Amino acid sequence: MSVLTKQTTYESVGTPAGQLLSDGWIATRRNLIKIKRVPEILVFTILQPIMFVLLFSQVYGGAMNVSDYTNFLMAGIFAQTVIFGSTFSGAAMAQDLKDGIIDRFRTLPMNPAAVLIGRTNGDLVINSISMLIMMGTGWIVGWRVTTSVWGFLGGVAILLLFSYSFSWVMALLGMSVRSPEVINNASFMILFPLTFISNAFVPIHTMPEVLKNIAEWNPVSALVESARQLFGNTNPDFPEPTAWTLQNPFITIFVGIALMLLIFVPLCIRKFESISSR
Amino acid sequence: MTIIEARGLKKTYKSKSGPVHALDGLDLLVPQGTVKALLGPNGAGKTTVVKVLTTLIQPTEGTAFVDGIDVLSNPRAARRIIGASGQYAAVDENLTGFENLEMVGRLYHLGAKTARRRAQELIDQFELTEAGNRPVKGFSGGMRRRIDLAGALVINPKILFLDEPTTGLDPRSRLALWQIIKNLVHDGTTLLLTTQYLEEADHLADDIAVIDGGKVIAEGTSDQLKARIGGHRVVVALVDESDAGAASEILARHGEGEARVSSDRRSVEVAVTEGPRALQYILADLGQANVGLHDAGMRRPTLDDVFLKLTGHTAENEQDTEKSEMEQAK
Repeated sequence: MSVLTKQTTYESVGTPAGQLLSDGWIATRRNLIKIKRVPEILVFTILQPIMFVLLFSQVYGGAMNVSDYTNFLMAGIFAQTVIFGSTFSGAAMAQDLKDGIIDRFRTLPMNPAAVLIGRTNGDLVINSISMLIMMGTGWIVGWRVTTSVWGFLGGVAILLLFSYSFSWVMALLGMSVRSPEVINNASFMILFPLTFISNAFVPIHTMPEVLKNIAEWNPVSALVESARQLFGNTNPDFPEPTAWTLQNPFITIFVGIALMLLIFVPLCIRKFESISSR
Repeated sequence: MTIIEARGLKKTYKSKSGPVHALDGLDLLVPQGTVKALLGPNGAGKTTVVKVLTTLIQPTEGTAFVDGIDVLSNPRAARRIIGASGQYAAVDENLTGFENLEMVGRLYHLGAKTARRRAQELIDQFELTEAGNRPVKGFSGGMRRRIDLAGALVINPKILFLDEPTTGLDPRSRLALWQIIKNLVHDGTTLLLTTQYLEEADHLADDIAVIDGGKVIAEGTSDQLKARIGGHRVVVALVDESDAGAASEILARHGEGEARVSSDRRSVEVAVTEGPRALQYILADLGQANVGLHDAGMRRPTLDDVFLKLTGHTAENEQDTEKSEMEQAK
């Protein structure tokens, strides 16, 4: 074991803006490598979306007494899958905290937002892959976009943007709860009602009054309604929504996304700057 | 020149049973180019000190400077000159050893080329070739520690913080790590190290601060600390554990203060002023009392004795405490 060469000190290079970009990229790359090397993530990313599309369209599809359930359904499946995909950020932040690697990052002169940017970017990549897989599977079972390329791209963008901002919510939860297991269990407890008490799989008008009210104000409903309109997948058999949030789904969802980012990005960075493993 | 300077550090946590003072007015000065060991049992506040100095937590009160930089108000400037390695090997399991070190270099903003070169240098220096190209997952604790330690050295930091660097390592890995650390400090790096192993502090540090209850309760070189309790100690090993009571009475008669009986009641020891004479008297009295001995002798005091004298409890008492708690529970 050789003695270190006499104190060559290494200085940092680059401008603050350049460093933020570089830090964000390095932290993102770390998560991309993880996607590649942890088989469970790929299974979740690829197999689960295929399973959901097939189960809902083939098992429920026939029983739903409407024409074209598959087209109606796909926006809901997309939304549910990308929202679940965002929970990776929660579990991963909790795991990093437990492993102590957050302590390593926090003693480095990197930008404090970088770890979170890298983490949420990781979710975005996972969700993009899932979206591609689901679109392919959906196409096979008969899903068609009836608007335009722009409608199609807009719908995909709005789903990914929503899931991206939701990743920040989950990241804060992960840093606060500190246990990856609890995060996983808790997110199922929260996300199943959140995605099912919405217009994702069934039209809202059939629900009892209380659930109907919840579903109308559930941001997932506005998300799904937006995507449906952009894809041209709204079902003429169902009545027009009566709630303001669903009559103006784009305003609702953009306000929702903006609020999530404006509130949770600063909260996450502040939390990150004070956490440390035990 | 003093390169680490902490004064009046207090850290108070709230808990169900009232406030807990992890740090209770701790002062610490470390001259440049020296090795300082913080020695103390679990919960003494060692890790909290290191976390404050490495910008991980804010103290409730007090000031902290590294190389003239105010750690509390300017943490990012402090991070540019320090290297830190905590109790857990903070490496990314899914990255290879090389990727881990390169990532750290990039996050110190060394630039892509320098970061890669530095990572390779450390892989070679720390004999990590095996872990260089494979994900860290699946490597031993010793290997992870070495990668983590290498991560703390990416910029050849002016000041290095190591929090219990060898806890949980097997004896061979521990010796290897000691050698690495010795080579480092040979080069002029200032090192602040925490440990609950007296032997480790004795072996590596120029200067030791004994910590208990969030305060420095004694400070000095290993020899200075040992001198504080002076003299020798007489130790006898008993054939029959039922003799422990009688033996400790006899030892106490010729020694300074109480005799200490080991937990298995097979050995008794006491501090003495005039070693050889005390030993003679003790052996004579034990013979008269028909206490059978396996062994008897004198030894120089260890840091463990220092700790016991200063705090009333031993430094490496984690397991003992657990045991006695379990016994009480019964």
